Amino acid sequence: MGIEEKLPSGVLLTSVEKVAGWARARSVWPATFGLACCAIELFQTGGPKHDLARFGMERASNTPRQADLMIVAGRVSQKMAPVLRQIYDQMSDPKWVISMGVCASSGGMFNNYAIVQGVDHVVPVDIYLPGCPPRPEMLLDSILKLHDKIINTKLGKNRERQIAELENARLALPPLHLTSPDGSRL
Amino acid sequence: MSGPEDTGQGGAGEEDGNLPARLGEERLAEPVVRTGMFGVQDSPDTSGYGLLRVYRAPVLDSPRPYGSYFDDVADALGTALEAAGIGFSDAIERVAADRGELTFYVRRERLPEVAAKLRDDPALRFELCGGVSGVHYPDDTGRELRAVYHLLSITHNRRVRLEVTAPDADPHIPSLVGVYPACNWHERETWDFFGIIFDGHPALTRIEMPDDWKGHPQRKDYPLGGIPVEYRGAKIPAPDQRRHYS
Amino acid sequence: MTSSSTPHAAAGGSDADAAEGRVYTVSGEDWDEIVATALESEDFESGERIVINMGPQHPSTHGVLRLILTLEGETVAEVRPSIGYLHTGIEKNMEFRTWTQGVTFCTRADYLMPLFNEIAYCLGVERLLGIEDKVPERAQIIRVLMLEINRISSHLGGIAPMGLELGATTIYTQGARLRERVLDLLELVTGLRMNHAFMRPGGVAQDLPPGALEAIRAFLDSAPKLVRDLHSLIDANPIFIGRNKGVAYLDLATCMALGVTGPILRSTGLPWDLRKSQPYCGYESYEFDVPVNDMCDAYGRYLIRMQEIDQSMRIMRQCVDRLAARGSAGPDSDPVMIRDAKIGWPARLSLGPDGLGPSPEHIAHIMGQSMEALIHHFKLITEGFRVPAGQVYAAVESPRGELGAHVVSDGGTRPYRVHLRDPSFNHLQSVAAMCEGGQVADLIPAIASLDPVMGGVDR
Repeated sequence: MGIEEKLPSGVLLTSVEKVAGWARARSVWPATFGLACCAIELFQTGGPKHDLARFGMERASNTPRQADLMIVAGRVSQKMAPVLRQIYDQMSDPKWVISMGVCASSGGMFNNYAIVQGVDHVVPVDIYLPGCPPRPEMLLDSILKLHDKIINTKLGKNRERQIAELENARLALPPLHLTSPDGSRL
Repeated sequence: MSGPEDTGQGGAGEEDGNLPARLGEERLAEPVVRTGMFGVQDSPDTSGYGLLRVYRAPVLDSPRPYGSYFDDVADALGTALEAAGIGFSDAIERVAADRGELTFYVRRERLPEVAAKLRDDPALRFELCGGVSGVHYPDDTGRELRAVYHLLSITHNRRVRLEVTAPDADPHIPSLVGVYPACNWHERETWDFFGIIFDGHPALTRIEMPDDWKGHPQRKDYPLGGIPVEYRGAKIPAPDQRRHYS
Repeated sequence: MTSSSTPHAAAGGSDADAAEGRVYTVSGEDWDEIVATALESEDFESGERIVINMGPQHPSTHGVLRLILTLEGETVAEVRPSIGYLHTGIEKNMEFRTWTQGVTFCTRADYLMPLFNEIAYCLGVERLLGIEDKVPERAQIIRVLMLEINRISSHLGGIAPMGLELGATTIYTQGARLRERVLDLLELVTGLRMNHAFMRPGGVAQDLPPGALEAIRAFLDSAPKLVRDLHSLIDANPIFIGRNKGVAYLDLATCMALGVTGPILRSTGLPWDLRKSQPYCGYESYEFDVPVNDMCDAYGRYLIRMQEIDQSMRIMRQCVDRLAARGSAGPDSDPVMIRDAKIGWPARLSLGPDGLGPSPEHIAHIMGQSMEALIHHFKLITEGFRVPAGQVYAAVESPRGELGAHVVSDGGTRPYRVHLRDPSFNHLQSVAAMCEGGQVADLIPAIASLDPVMGGVDR
């Protein structure tokens, strides 16, 4: 990406990470991929009552080149999946994906021939947001979680280590049906 | 275990004509299309589910008078067709007046002419076509594919339905785009989902599914296509693979 | 300005790969000459056309619509809408669920007017069952009330993006602000802001909660001012008028040929509204007008939608008065679901410690008092009711036009075939008739005036 990728890990990199994370999280421009009903809730989230502009996100970048965040809002049909992937590829790093709604996260109630059963078959997803459709408050919550994630993202060598740590932690988790609600193993 | 004959539903016609018709006799004369899933014949199954018999719906052919404005429409259509030299029963197989709606079962070769008469004749004037809806009856050999057109007359405030059948072996129906241009996309959609080929359509291509999709999804022999859902260790099959009790 | 017909030199390129063309040397204050020369040159006569793809990911196409445009300069020579990017297989999914569960699927077809999808389907099922006149009156009044609330939210959901696509973000935020208040009402009564599954065959899912009538009255008192604010923001706005007047012309004959209904048909001068001509749910007993004008353009359609919002509020006021006059007698004497135990959805819902579920009184009744009620409850919820075989077409006047449900039953507990005749599907066919020959920039207000919702188009 830039000079920050080449810095050796140490105090200097940590300070750059903090600044970069803070800056990136403060004005994430969504490439709104509004597809179906969730797009209407996204549209309401941009309205005055639940205001996306307080995060600097009301400027939806319709060109993927300038977008940071792709909010896949709605059901992705088989015909739309290649378009989704193309838009994702056209976005430049750093980029994040929120799959908004159950149809984007897992296919939702449409378990059939026409719908891709989860956009994670097509693009890597950072935050899954359930709901049919999720309320604007839920979408704002997911955006705040994404901001946390962005702020805590490391750079360069630290990032490689972070990715490895996260992956090992996830692989060590017990399967869902052997997990009690508080997270411990049954 | 008793079979269907013992429940007194068979044997129609043995009794004398003096007795009143039994309820549902017309329905019971149709063939059975589905039976209860477990099909218990010789064990003391008290659920009764094994004895479920679903009969095919009777083929409606309403006698005159049809009621409300239906007779006027049928008469006007008959007159218009005769004026063009087409006999009424050449074009229309049967007429059904059911649940407050009039349906003409039109022979597919005559469909454009019938539609043109319905649109142009002053007594009929069905200006708006609501589009084509396809239905697939795999059990009804020779008449599997149906195309249903709903017409609306704003002038007379009336509705009528046209139903055209085509067999699976020869799924061709003449296109109505020349009479009602609104049918353009509807016919493409019906081709896409059922495989009905509308002869004379300017550009019969897929409209909803991707252009290179194989198969016609809304036919009854096309699976729903879902995947089994895993949740907390359990696997639930897709909706069309599950048991159903009807 | 001088012009010569030499091989066109590409910027920084060599003559070897130059294309044929006219070179225009521009010196200033000669725009008229350039245009005149261009018009008479061979390049223009040979018809240089570009094929451009607009969508499916586009901010202004009202959803995932793809338009394949053939442009000659700024003029649209051909426009082909390509749909199917939101095809969900709703109709096929409904064939594998019971009749009542089908409501939850069809509600997501046209997601800006979910209650209209539901009512078209439920009216079809009720006509097949033969219980159209047995639906309780309270349910009919609540249905009309909720349908009109949905009409307001749908029209606002069309007008606000109309402004956004023209670049007027204030129209969008003001429309969204009013729409929020309408969604609050929907949430109060049905529990959800969208995709409610509130209408069921035989009635509605549950009665109005306490305080709902006051909240609706409060809305009806304060909303007209917000609507007037929208009027004063948009109606006389010279840019809005400039972009919408005379744009997307569609006259009566074309509407008839293309099967166009709804506000677009009413903007040609024909006052056709199914609520007046073929009433359902008791609409014949309400007083309201059908807005109509004969401008035939995008501006006329916008005006009709705004006027329909006022008329909807008028109907809502009458509904609220009727419900208040009936009082709250309770579900036994004033039910909202048909009395027939073999069809009417049995559970009276209430909010318990573990979420929404059958009310404790209902559970006590089925478990302790009536075996028959238990059997009905069990059969209705697992298997569903049986609908006699036949086919029916039930049409309602939705905010977009005539929404019809062709419901076919084979006598079972599941729909055999449900086809939703969606108005937006028909209306998108008319994009070519409206826009070919016009400017590219006119495409946007043209599609916005049609107000298509791709969920309904693709289903």
